[in-house]
Amino acid sequence: MATQQTRSLARFMMAPSVVLLFVWMIVPLAFTLWFSFQQYNPLNPIRDGFVGFSNYALFYSNPAFLQSILNTLILVGSVLLITVIGGILLALLIDQPMWGQGIVRILVISPFFVMPPVAALVWKNMIMHPQYGVFADIARFFGGQPIDWFGQYPMLAIIIIVAWQWLPFATLILLTSLQSLDGEQKEAAEMDGAGFVSRFIYLTLPHMSRAITVVLLIQTIFLLSVYAEILVTTNGGPGYASTNLPFLVYQKALLEFKIGQASAGGIIAVILANIVAFFAMRAVGKNLDK
Amino acid sequence: MARAVSTQHKTIATAAAWIVALLIFFPILYTIITSFKSEQEAIQGFNLFPSGTTESYTAVEAQSGYFKFFLNSVFLSVGSTILALLVAIPAAWSMAFSPGKWTKDILMWMLSTKMMPAVAVLFPIYLIFRDTGLLDSRIGLMIMLMLINLPIVVWMLYTYFREIPGEILEAARMDGASLWNEIVYVLTPMAVPGIASTMLLNIILAWNEAFWTIRLTTTEAAPLTAFISSFSSPQGLFWAKLSAASTLAIAPILIMGWFSQKQLVRGLTFGAVK
Repeated sequence: MATQQTRSLARFMMAPSVVLLFVWMIVPLAFTLWFSFQQYNPLNPIRDGFVGFSNYALFYSNPAFLQSILNTLILVGSVLLITVIGGILLALLIDQPMWGQGIVRILVISPFFVMPPVAALVWKNMIMHPQYGVFADIARFFGGQPIDWFGQYPMLAIIIIVAWQWLPFATLILLTSLQSLDGEQKEAAEMDGAGFVSRFIYLTLPHMSRAITVVLLIQTIFLLSVYAEILVTTNGGPGYASTNLPFLVYQKALLEFKIGQASAGGIIAVILANIVAFFAMRAVGKNLDK
Repeated sequence: MARAVSTQHKTIATAAAWIVALLIFFPILYTIITSFKSEQEAIQGFNLFPSGTTESYTAVEAQSGYFKFFLNSVFLSVGSTILALLVAIPAAWSMAFSPGKWTKDILMWMLSTKMMPAVAVLFPIYLIFRDTGLLDSRIGLMIMLMLINLPIVVWMLYTYFREIPGEILEAARMDGASLWNEIVYVLTPMAVPGIASTMLLNIILAWNEAFWTIRLTTTEAAPLTAFISSFSSPQGLFWAKLSAASTLAIAPILIMGWFSQKQLVRGLTFGAVK
């Protein structure tokens, strides 16, 4: 029968994607898992061997570890809060009738297309530089003292930069969702005398809830692995003040060559991402059944 | 029926939206403005009106060979996207048109690979690249970018292909069309817009990828992400030159991005929001 033939053809067509992704994911991950139980230093190969969980213990006992986990959570949490609330407000604003809506949309979405190193360096030098930045100009104009953002408030500075990059994403997706809201429903609610606030709480917000979930989950995946922004601004410092988990793993692996500890950190990052992924997959998976 | 909107309401909304939009766009705008200043002007305080010199642009090319990095970015983003499309089109096609028992599970699994943090595989990948001589090679990085974006490409294509009605294929088959004719005359014309959108979004994503492109390159294969990162420890006056390099690095993708807003929503939410 033709179906048998179609089915084997389908398998044949799917094979390259599946095999490539499988190899790409499983092989390196298996390596990392293996390294996480090994003493391995490419610069000093004499002491190599199986060490059980001591890499994990070492990684945990490193004061930088707790700080990096905390920084990761602070970064993800703050940026999510800013972008979702800001995104809802912006989407509501842009959805209003106005002149030049198309251009407003283009201006708002633009930061998302700026590559991370450029975004970070522009903020670092043009905006937040304690001497030549725009913020310093503003502070001096009002007779204040310019702030050394990356020295005094490194995490806050990075949060601002990352939030600037992701606010457009949240806004665009929430706006798309908002615009798919049935106009007649809105009118009906208005005619029934529902004010702006109750219309928002009982009609708009429930309609957007799915888009909000998607924004939260997808941003979390990307925010868990923020890297370039830290590399080009603070380099994780001062001390470990702005080191997140990906950055710590990078430092351990490629700067200190403590491969065992770095791998243990990598496995912890996988576990963290998997917790989020579990919920993300369910949210996206629901869509497939429609 | 359209609601009557008072002019006052519209004026307030317009003013508020424009102010917020310009504030959000300001860092980009100011970078573009500064790129047309001289280094002296660039550090003389806030000034929105540059003298219009293009010396920074010529200096960036002369001092650092900017164009090579630019070409690497073009080659890597376009190359990895075409490679991903070649692998993904058959897969998405077969999943959309002859879905099996496992199709949904395979799609979900592909999505899960996208969620694996890059740092978890940093060192093994680094080792593999080093030992196979792929470190700082364009081909190696192109494969890497292809693999990173493959799940998104398969997913986007799948959601587009799924919207092509299967009845049309059946009708073509009934009329005696061969598989080849079916593909060339029936499916391709309907699939092209989806493929084009997928391509656009993935070029943008590959262009801006800033983990592997920085860590797996040094000079030869380095794209603009790696080049710009090298500005992180400045020497001497460099504000105008940084602005010029940044403007050149983001301009092409910014313009492409403006045309791909709809596809962006669809691609990055894996079809969950359209």
